[in-house]
Amino acid sequence: MSTATAPAAASGATTTLTMAQALNTALRDAMREDPTVLVMGEDVGTLGGVFRITDGLAAEFGADRCLDTPLAEAGILGSAVGMAMYGLRPVVELQFDAFAYPAFEQLLSHVAKMRNRTAGRLPLPITIRIPYGGGIGGVEHHSDSSEAYYAHTPGLHVLTPATVADGYGMLRAAIASDDPVVFLEPKRLYWSKDEIAPGPVEPIGRAVVRRQGTSATLLTYGPSLPVCLEAAEAAKAEGWDLAVVDLRSLTPFDDETVTAAVRATGRAVVVHEATGFGGPGAEIAARVTERCFHHLAAPVLRVTGFDIPYPPPMLERHHLPGVDRILDAVARLQWEQ
Amino acid sequence: MTLLDQPAGPSASVWPPNAHGPRRDPAPLLPDPEPFRLLDTPAADKLDPELLRDLYRRLVLGRRYNQQATTLTKQGRLAVYPASTGQEACQIAAALVLREDDWLFPSYRDTLAVVSRGVRPVEALTLLRGNAHHGWDPKAHRTAPLSTPLATQAPHAVGLAHAARLRGDDVVALTLVGDGGTSEGDFHEALNFAGVLNAPVVFLVQNNGYAISVPLSKQSAAPTLAHKAVGYGISGRLVDGNDAAAMHTVLTEAVEHARSGRGPVLVEAVTYRLEAHTNADDATRYRTPDEVDAWQARDPLTVLERHLRDHDLIDDAGVAAAAEAAEELAAEMRAEFHSEPELDPMSLFTHVYAEPTPQLREQADLLAAELAAEADAR
Repeated sequence: MSTATAPAAASGATTTLTMAQALNTALRDAMREDPTVLVMGEDVGTLGGVFRITDGLAAEFGADRCLDTPLAEAGILGSAVGMAMYGLRPVVELQFDAFAYPAFEQLLSHVAKMRNRTAGRLPLPITIRIPYGGGIGGVEHHSDSSEAYYAHTPGLHVLTPATVADGYGMLRAAIASDDPVVFLEPKRLYWSKDEIAPGPVEPIGRAVVRRQGTSATLLTYGPSLPVCLEAAEAAKAEGWDLAVVDLRSLTPFDDETVTAAVRATGRAVVVHEATGFGGPGAEIAARVTERCFHHLAAPVLRVTGFDIPYPPPMLERHHLPGVDRILDAVARLQWEQ
Repeated sequence: MTLLDQPAGPSASVWPPNAHGPRRDPAPLLPDPEPFRLLDTPAADKLDPELLRDLYRRLVLGRRYNQQATTLTKQGRLAVYPASTGQEACQIAAALVLREDDWLFPSYRDTLAVVSRGVRPVEALTLLRGNAHHGWDPKAHRTAPLSTPLATQAPHAVGLAHAARLRGDDVVALTLVGDGGTSEGDFHEALNFAGVLNAPVVFLVQNNGYAISVPLSKQSAAPTLAHKAVGYGISGRLVDGNDAAAMHTVLTEAVEHARSGRGPVLVEAVTYRLEAHTNADDATRYRTPDEVDAWQARDPLTVLERHLRDHDLIDDAGVAAAAEAAEELAAEMRAEFHSEPELDPMSLFTHVYAEPTPQLREQADLLAAELAAEADAR
């Protein structure tokens, strides 16, 4: 695997990076600016992480600030809680989506609740980075989309970047946040490239309209954004002009941007890899319906992963929302009326 | 000679470079075969009489605290109270051996240790009163909130202790766990992290024999709970948890061991919960009166008072003074819990995040409207 270390003078100047390099640059810049920022997790030190997101950090900042931990996710996150209580700002890497589950009790019972239960006296500024989603040919337990569990938990922010620029900016914002952030990195976009200028950090919680359109609005995030943009291009042949919204943040949820984007077209499809039943799309469809009912020409539809355990790699393409399935959903938006 | 008969230790002829054969001699980590005791032993003669009198006064206060909290439960002033009656020596020693800048990580049965850190009873008992999840300022008292999910506070203690060392502070963290808690994964992960990081942590396991109703025999097949330290490269100590002097001595040594950089320590205190799990529990369903009577005879308060009297270290006036101080504490508790707590429903939204999300603002508006309607209806 190639290195994720970004070209040297990345910060500020315009440069072409992969998302992996942008994330690496964000970690490096945050660690340079704030001595309380500390990276910890399995294989993050000498190896630089299995996806090389922490590449070179141990060499630059030392083993204490880029800490190779024992292989125990509850212990990793639980230790990070104690570190945050003592004034550090831990950035935890949980190596894969499905390997984050042992840390659930720490996440749900402590990380998410500590500020609230102590009436603001013990905020926990912890960033929990989790590579998530499928599409990379991973074997079982390496491709889950677990965002609904996190978004269902009050006290957590849940962010997921879909562009290289957001990989940098949103991770910086997550680390700067005084609240815990579950930062979901779409692993199949790690190698996507773009020209960016790592710069000032935007506040978290805003969705962005990635493509303007007039026929219908696709609402998506993370790994499904490029698929939706591709579907929107393909839809032109059918005579549809699709808008595409990148949600970026599931918590907080940007009702304002989403509502405006759906009202503008009167039709909406939510697209994500996670299983549909009880998934983020259910919440989003409900919110859109509650706010846009009289602007809608058709029910809000969902294109999601099937309600099955994530398939083996040789079958995953049948599970993941693809361009055709998205266009089929768009076709069902009651155009005949 | 079979392979198993070979002497321990890396051998160049067998192991390639960087292979990890046996790394440490476990013998120095092993706990004593019997719980360490001081009272009623010849070694007790060397103990500082003033320390013993101080421990006695604190035990009397602690016992009265437990009684008063239980009474408050019966009066409906507390929602629930898990009493530490019988475990006061553990609770008091745990707080007493810490410096002000050290940290305590308690579990729900450890409010006496929290009060012994200087937290007011009404704040220590807030969770159990039910008006809020937590009462005191954790940073001001260097005392973490009571942890209800068992042993989940243990990794916090490790992380805090490690962070303190990274920042150059010689701070120690002490966490309290029960016998049941030693079965939880977080307990083991915390011990492992502490060992690997050489973090200045003391794990105090109060083995009171039962996890609610389940006896230790169904909880663990370990020789003792202190032996669990050895697998993680940590020192294990076994101590009589009803011997206040032994508790104070062993925990003092453990804290200094950790502070000096020699590594974490796991202390198992063998004790007994003289009351039920909580006021909602019926302990007669799982333990016999004979068993409870036997432990009543080993009540930490009785044991220490007998020692003080036998050695002419306290007189009736000293006993009466301790009892009087305890009554003052009880009166203070009754006064603090006499008035209804002030409740602010809108505070439910205040601290979920540093800044409420737009969704929480909407929901706060909904509740505010409901409260206004309720007020109008009155």
